[in-house]
Amino acid sequence: MSFDVFVMQAFSGISLFTILVLMALGLAIIFGLMGVINMAHGEIMALGAYVTYLTASVFEKYLPSLMGIYVFFALAFAFLATFAFGWLLERSFIRFLYNRPLDTLLATWGLSLVLQQTYRSVFGAQEVSVSMTSWLDGAWEPVSGIQLPLNRLFIVGLTIVVSVVLYLALYRTRWGLNVRAVTQNRAMSGAAGINTNRVDAMTFAVGSGLAGIAGSVFTMIGSTNPLTGQLYIVDSFIVVVFGGVQTLLGTFLSALVLSQAQTMLEFTLSGSMARVCILLLVVAVLYFRPNGLFSSKVRQ
Amino acid sequence: MTMLRAVNKPGLVAAISLALLLLVVFPTVLGSYWLNLISKYLVFAIVGVGIVLAWGYGGILSLGQGLFFGIGGYLMAMYLKLQASAPDLPDFMIWSSTEVLPWWWRPYHSLSVTLISIAIIPAALAFVFSYAVFRKRVGGVYFAIVTLALALTLTVMLVGQQGYTGGANGITDFKTLAGMSIISNKAKVVLYFVQIVILFVVMGIGTAIIKSRLGKILIAIRDREDRVRFSGYDTALFKAFIFTVSAFFSALGGALYSLQVGLITPTLVGVVASIEMIIYVAVGGRLSIVGAVFGALLVGWSKSVISESFPTVWLLFLGGLFIVITMFLPSGLAGLLIRLRFRRVTNAAPERTQ
Repeated sequence: MSFDVFVMQAFSGISLFTILVLMALGLAIIFGLMGVINMAHGEIMALGAYVTYLTASVFEKYLPSLMGIYVFFALAFAFLATFAFGWLLERSFIRFLYNRPLDTLLATWGLSLVLQQTYRSVFGAQEVSVSMTSWLDGAWEPVSGIQLPLNRLFIVGLTIVVSVVLYLALYRTRWGLNVRAVTQNRAMSGAAGINTNRVDAMTFAVGSGLAGIAGSVFTMIGSTNPLTGQLYIVDSFIVVVFGGVQTLLGTFLSALVLSQAQTMLEFTLSGSMARVCILLLVVAVLYFRPNGLFSSKVRQ
Repeated sequence: MTMLRAVNKPGLVAAISLALLLLVVFPTVLGSYWLNLISKYLVFAIVGVGIVLAWGYGGILSLGQGLFFGIGGYLMAMYLKLQASAPDLPDFMIWSSTEVLPWWWRPYHSLSVTLISIAIIPAALAFVFSYAVFRKRVGGVYFAIVTLALALTLTVMLVGQQGYTGGANGITDFKTLAGMSIISNKAKVVLYFVQIVILFVVMGIGTAIIKSRLGKILIAIRDREDRVRFSGYDTALFKAFIFTVSAFFSALGGALYSLQVGLITPTLVGVVASIEMIIYVAVGGRLSIVGAVFGALLVGWSKSVISESFPTVWLLFLGGLFIVITMFLPSGLAGLLIRLRFRRVTNAAPERTQ
């Protein structure tokens, strides 16, 4: 393997890593920290993607001069829309199912079907894609022969920003303290005066908002259709479960392991067999480490 | 206790009315088109009985029943396809320029090998897998997700290996079973009645398991696994057993599906199909075997009617059904009927499944 192939291979691994991280972060909060199985998480990502598509269309039509920076507006709108949707969802629906995880799974699955059909009715069954901002089109060529696509670099950068902000929010703010307290011991946090209902809704909304950002970003690398969410959901769950719920660091590490394994296997095997190998690998690892690869030991 | 004893009677009444409906009313009133569709729903009713046992009584939600359904279906399809295309290779193999019949296809020239495989392979897989997993005390939601991943794996493999499995189109175009035609109208009617017999045998087995002491232990495990374990039971073994039974019923359903509908595709194995199987049971009532059968008939029927005339509404309907049932009617229609009858006696809401 020559040097430039190696570098590009490594970069596609890193790029996939950041995509998996973005995909899994929202779920790591909702499923990992709160313990809620949200099967409609993928559809929330798709919502983010569709909001981005709408934003792009509106900018193209009415504000063509601002097309260069529509990405940032789209990200903001996608976050706000999915944040609001997540809040609504938690208040109207999820909170009644907190003690029934299997029922949550089925009900949110139902929700995902409803959302899919809604997208199909509103946006059509075909794929929609967003025209790329001009400055993200193309590749950076540090040395001749090595081409790093700019949109992927942008995603890498954005993932770093989102991760840092999330870390600061969870570990350096009052809100983060409340979230961690409530997820560790709900009754005690309530007794200490934390409004646990509010924290729940807020946490769920933030997780959904992260999914919205992820969905928005994915419009840069692929088109969106009503079933897009289904593509993301399984991978997201695998990353979170593989890493061990309740640890955000685990989510990062597992995304790293899985993305590297996937790119390496895809280099040698066909795409579908690589996927089969990954799935079986995850099942095998879960067998030996049921709480995930990077979980800390806790009493159950 | 009063309630438990009283519930048996409506159960029996429901089973008898089911038998009357299937054996007398449907064949006399409905034409062959609808009878064929009912046959298809009955396949899922057989799967549903297995889900009631595993989910309702064992507390094990498997989102991978399509995996076993698929294995059963594909095994049967391999035999039927070889019958239909003998002495040549199956057509899809020729299209993907596979030269020789793969070795693992060869045994399925024989019907008895096929039937034994259908009975053993999925059940053995289910037992080995689930016992290992339950021993590690992986349960609940994690088990659901792992089974979902397995169903997905099989789908990806089936689609990817076009030359051996027929790819995304699956295997179709069958003609005979042991020399007898399976596509004539008469054969379809015979199959319909055979399916009813199998369904009632399966329901009988299920009821026997629930009524036995084994069933009591299962319920105990579902409600408080720790306590049963501390009393000295190997809870993993019991859970693996009931999961195996449900896998066997799914495989049986899959085999009958291939036979009756005349095709099997990766879609029937996949995630969506697996979860649809759950909704049949959820609608009928996860604690009621007869309920699950009625649920399969009802949801199957509404799927046919709705997706025929308003295809866009079907997903909304299915999704809404999931939401409404799990939020307001966790024990399904059977639970609703029982609650209406015994409103005064009890407000025994369905207990937590975790």
